[in-house]
Amino acid sequence: MIEFDHVHKRFGGHVVIDDLSLRIGSGEFFVLVGPSGSGKSTLLRTVNRLVPIDAGQVRIDGEDVATRDVEILRRGIGYAIQSVGLFPHRTVAENIATVPRLLHWPEHEIRARTTELLALLRLDEPGMEARYPHTLSGGQQQRVGVARALAARPRIVLMDEPFGALDPLTRESLQASLKAIQRDTGTTILFVTHDMDEAFGLGDRVGLMLDGGLVQVGSPLELLHAPADDRVRDFVGGARARLRELAIRTVGDNMRRGEHADGDPVDAAASLQDALAAMLAQGRDRLPVQAHDERVGAIVLADLVSRRA
Amino acid sequence: MKARPALLIDATALPVWVLSVIGLAAACLPAFLRIAPNRLLSGEALNPHAWLLAGGWLAVVVCSFVAVPAARRALVALAWAGVVGFPLLAGLDARDVLTHASPFTRVQLGAGFWLGWLAAALLLLDRLRGMRRAWQAGTWIAALAAIVVASMTGAFDGLSLVREWQAQRAPFAAALSEHLRLAAATLVLALACGAPLGWWVWRTGRANGALVGALAFLQTVPSLALFALLIAPFAWLAHAWPALGALGFGGTGAAPAIFALLLYALLPVVRYTVAGLDAVPDDAREAARGLGMSRAQLLWSVQLPLGWPVLLAGVRIVAVQTIGLAAVAALIGAGGLGRFVFLGIGQGAMDMVLLGTLAIIVLALAVDLLFQGLLALTEHRA
Repeated sequence: MIEFDHVHKRFGGHVVIDDLSLRIGSGEFFVLVGPSGSGKSTLLRTVNRLVPIDAGQVRIDGEDVATRDVEILRRGIGYAIQSVGLFPHRTVAENIATVPRLLHWPEHEIRARTTELLALLRLDEPGMEARYPHTLSGGQQQRVGVARALAARPRIVLMDEPFGALDPLTRESLQASLKAIQRDTGTTILFVTHDMDEAFGLGDRVGLMLDGGLVQVGSPLELLHAPADDRVRDFVGGARARLRELAIRTVGDNMRRGEHADGDPVDAAASLQDALAAMLAQGRDRLPVQAHDERVGAIVLADLVSRRA
Repeated sequence: MKARPALLIDATALPVWVLSVIGLAAACLPAFLRIAPNRLLSGEALNPHAWLLAGGWLAVVVCSFVAVPAARRALVALAWAGVVGFPLLAGLDARDVLTHASPFTRVQLGAGFWLGWLAAALLLLDRLRGMRRAWQAGTWIAALAAIVVASMTGAFDGLSLVREWQAQRAPFAAALSEHLRLAAATLVLALACGAPLGWWVWRTGRANGALVGALAFLQTVPSLALFALLIAPFAWLAHAWPALGALGFGGTGAAPAIFALLLYALLPVVRYTVAGLDAVPDDAREAARGLGMSRAQLLWSVQLPLGWPVLLAGVRIVAVQTIGLAAVAALIGAGGLGRFVFLGIGQGAMDMVLLGTLAIIVLALAVDLLFQGLLALTEHRA
């Protein structure tokens, strides 16, 4: 659990974080989203004290981070950044093992954990562990960066626009990996991005930050359906918000159960956006839905357009 | 144009021509050797091989005009032959002259020899450029080996430089070891003071201008003046604290010499330390801090390995500079190879001057090579 309690931060005369309070639950995937300069990265960096705060408190599991030894605090928190920051003189395996080494894990445990992480992040092609960062693609480098952040099984991971510099395909693949790992391990993740789609795709809850303050905090659907004000409405996409919503909601929750339709079926776990794309591709306004290779119902275009879905 | 012309002027041939002109001029100088009645008098000029040498240099010019690979190889071979042949020729001549001469007679190397030999060495250096490192190293090692083998068979024993060395073996060995100790002590102290100072300058960023300015100003003080200026304060220190005096601390000697050399060495060490720290990528440093490395761990396991090649390049410069400057330290009684130079000047014995000077040059080159080797090793690993 991470709590921000009336946090203030200014750089010179410029207020970066203005009396901000927020509570992030254990095992939650929380995404801070906002334009550049809104203070979201600064807020993230107050958790591992890369940025000292001027007033207020940041607590982890009820304990003020300012009272902890700063190096021990940081070793207990995973940290990944957009520029990755792999150590160029160290191999992939050595990079991943950074924090376990700092924590003096026994060597065989470090080796086992490294192998496990390479598989988890789909870096398990032969010889990968002995390669140097400059021989990797951007996507592979960030996979190593994420593996390094997760290496010592931290209960909290901070990620500062980790996928911002990647191409869309690589980004989606890494997002899927991260989401799956987070679901399996129950890690608390605080994730910063300026990309609304990424925020809505990953976050259990999303906090929209503007000018050093949180404008609205809620689930992606709450932000879409009930924007707190016009600024939120603009940021979540105005008229295009409905398109975003289609990407969040699943076919299974919005189909007509038991009904029949012709055509190639869509999966119940797919998003409504995928279903719409399938309808456009097949030239049909209703498609069958399947779950576990069984027809379970139909999805209908009219339901997507009317607000019923 | 139908066919390539047989004679093609190579754009890279300019250094060859310049060196050939120098070589030809040297071949025409009257003094390849000088025959002197004793070690203090200057002798009469002798140039028995003017035609051979001139012919060799003309062959170099001809080769430079022919654009075929064989000609290029011939150029390398000619240059190599010059590097090895000049001293051999001089050695053989000296032996001939001495067979019917008084025992005090000295055969000194003349301007024609030095100029021609230098031109041959520069030619070899120029022609080896762009070749594989193993070839370059192999060629030089072969030349060195040939000269060493020849010297072991006594081929150079007739030359006055060798005679001077044979007469002064013990003081020469002592001076060499003093010189090395002065340089080593300076280097160690410069790293011990300069590296932390550089780290501090890099971290605060504030003192940079003032400190580097002060150190740069020191560089402009002539070494002789700095040595002289230090005599009074060091003498006073030794007087005020007799314990220091008992340790050999005084207005003259090694202590003020090392201090002065240290002052000259600090600027490059500080500069290269800062440059080395700047060479570490910001994101790697940010990640290291975020993952919980302490300052010492960051320095030891990230900044040092990544900044090391730059720092080493700086140490190389400092080492070569210190070996050169340490020659002047002989003037304030610190010993070293400079003593031969100044004693030789005092006595008018040019062989002694040359002995000291050549030893300093060879030492500087050897240290430079050593650091280049170290640098190549670290770069290879990275």
